[in-house]
Amino acid sequence: MNKLKIIVGEGSCGIAAGAGKVYDELQALLQPGENLSLGITGCIGMCFLEPIVDIRDENKELIRRLVHVHPEDAKTIVSALRSGDLSQLDGLTIQDEDAAFLSAQTRIALRRCGIIDPNSIDEYLADGGYEALKKVLTTMTPEQVIEEIKISGLAGRGGAGFPTWFKWNAARQSEGTEKYLICNADEGDPGAFMDRAVIESDPHDLIEGMLIAAYAIGAQECVVYVRAEYPLAIVRLRHAVEQATAMGLLGQHIMGMDFSCTVRIKEGAGAFVCGEETALIASLEGERGMPRLKPPFPAQKGYHQKPSNINNVETLANVAWIMANGGEKFAAMGTENSKGTKVFALTGKIRRGGLVEIPMGQTLRHVIFDIGGGIRDGKQFKAVQLGGPSGGCIPEQLLDTQIDYKALTATGAIMGSGGMVVMDESTCMVGMARFFLEFTTRESCGKCVHCRLGTRRMLDILIRITEGEGQPGDIELLEELCAAVKDGALCGLGQTAPNPVQTTIRYFRDEYEAHINDKKCPAKECAALLQYSIDPAKCKGCTACARKCPAGAIAGQVKQTHTIDPAKCIRCGQCLATCKFGAINVG
Amino acid sequence: MCDCKQIDLTPLDPVLNAAQNGSGNLIAILQKTQELYGYLPMDAIYYIAQKTGCSPAKVLGVATFYAQFRLQPVGKHLIMLCKGTACHVNGADRMEKAISEYLGIHDGETTPDGLFTLKQVACLGCCSLSPVMMIGDEAYGSLTPEKAISILKDYQRKEGLAV
Repeated sequence: MNKLKIIVGEGSCGIAAGAGKVYDELQALLQPGENLSLGITGCIGMCFLEPIVDIRDENKELIRRLVHVHPEDAKTIVSALRSGDLSQLDGLTIQDEDAAFLSAQTRIALRRCGIIDPNSIDEYLADGGYEALKKVLTTMTPEQVIEEIKISGLAGRGGAGFPTWFKWNAARQSEGTEKYLICNADEGDPGAFMDRAVIESDPHDLIEGMLIAAYAIGAQECVVYVRAEYPLAIVRLRHAVEQATAMGLLGQHIMGMDFSCTVRIKEGAGAFVCGEETALIASLEGERGMPRLKPPFPAQKGYHQKPSNINNVETLANVAWIMANGGEKFAAMGTENSKGTKVFALTGKIRRGGLVEIPMGQTLRHVIFDIGGGIRDGKQFKAVQLGGPSGGCIPEQLLDTQIDYKALTATGAIMGSGGMVVMDESTCMVGMARFFLEFTTRESCGKCVHCRLGTRRMLDILIRITEGEGQPGDIELLEELCAAVKDGALCGLGQTAPNPVQTTIRYFRDEYEAHINDKKCPAKECAALLQYSIDPAKCKGCTACARKCPAGAIAGQVKQTHTIDPAKCIRCGQCLATCKFGAINVG
Repeated sequence: MCDCKQIDLTPLDPVLNAAQNGSGNLIAILQKTQELYGYLPMDAIYYIAQKTGCSPAKVLGVATFYAQFRLQPVGKHLIMLCKGTACHVNGADRMEKAISEYLGIHDGETTPDGLFTLKQVACLGCCSLSPVMMIGDEAYGSLTPEKAISILKDYQRKEGLAV
């Protein structure tokens, strides 16, 4: 019988779902010398199926993918593999429609995620790792590398979509011999986690991408600014840096060539604004992370006042592939102005959530309904939020919009870093705007008055609307504030903070009006606007709700219809949760 | 200088000596300080300022800018309640209400017995398990208010409390 390998998916999501315990259980059962071995891999991106265990043969071919594995399943797995009767695993094996989540994707940045062991440089090398770097160092000039990136059409995946070659070229052209390549791994957008997945699952791909970029611009040091909230990513990246250094792939005279470069890791301390380039540099220098005026651009004066180039993790994760396969092959995917693939973190009220990498140009509908399986619990789609606090909510009628920098910007949302949060009929869109403004208000660094106070005033209005205190003219006031904050803010945080408000007003104005004029929340989410009542036809007079009501707002005798006193009701929803007969109406 | 109880500052010396270019490494120094004490005591802020040549205002300015740093000790178990977008859509507000009511504390506060501190965080990055909270290093996903309370009760039982 072939030697089989059991591989447990240990990304952060998998571990949170219990993969570590599954691994421990399997390890306790396996005996030395038998035909089974155990290993780990990173995040395959099918978060809705975690913990995931793959069975691979000695050629690394996937024999079975087991999903929702519990520690108690370990015995079944080991006994099935020992006996060779894999039918014992049928109950755990992934369903075809779930497997389609992966087969519908085109993976470049994520190509090794969930396949190789992130702690093993040997597995990375065996899969063609560092070949692109070798090709670059031995056969290409820095100018040729930049030209190849230009041909590929690669643009910044962190949100702005700026052409990567242009930034590299500007840093290359800048005078000076001391230059820095900075990797922005401060993935602050709530709802996006692809950068974490890349670092946790394929750290050497990031290192290789950084080295190629460093060679192109003439940098001797790479600095990775990574979120401290990603402890596993930091551990794996540190380990990868040590391995690469030990093999001469980092340090002096890499691969024996006239190119020396090191990688340093800096832990961020939690500030969304540090995604902005100049704020990130200030933070690297130990300061408060506040943006400054540009120019000078980081390519001229960046880290330590030296020419610096900053790229996002996903951008750099494409670089080695482009160098190995050629820029044209990358540019063959996508649309006129958006090339290659993009990774999205698909979450929210979706049936199949996780990481989706697809060629640019596909529609939002395809991602949400064909790949993600649509809305769960049989509810109706309402909107999809793209770009996090800087982005916007896109309604049903625009779902055929192509994934393309320009097309998405035209909707009022942005491509962003790739957060894609799906909402159903039970999500209040005014509440959504409030949620994002709570975030930007908290994260505003306070430098610009428009951002510091403007977001605060917008939030005040949104709070008042969702609490039933909305006034006529509030929508117009919000619109005015949106325009002012956009114009008056220095950096991307402030300039885009109004987007969630503007898009929800643009596409869901009726919800705002219902809150303000009718004092109703159509999604039935804003507690202050709900009216609880008892349906006399359904009420059995069991007294359960009256006993549970903390405000003493429910009156009624045993076996007689109960009533709720709206003046006393605090809208806590306890009666609704208690009633066994569905007699509580919420309107 | 401050009314907090005296703390031993000697463990900070190796941290400060290891960090060349004092002010440039301020964030890293503060991170290590928080690892040592569990928070940033005011005495430590003044000590770091003195040793790095920065003003105390600058050190405190950096410490208060970033979400990671705290100036108060935390309880034995730090509850990090995720308020990211996916968790919001899946009802994180209901978890917060339930936890706040059960423990009698709000965001940033610690229970009088010193067992729990509640902290909202922007995103824990396990969006598909939303709503999520982490207690220490352990993540708990797909929460309901009932499930969240029952997890807290487990912790209380382990601490020998009758619940």
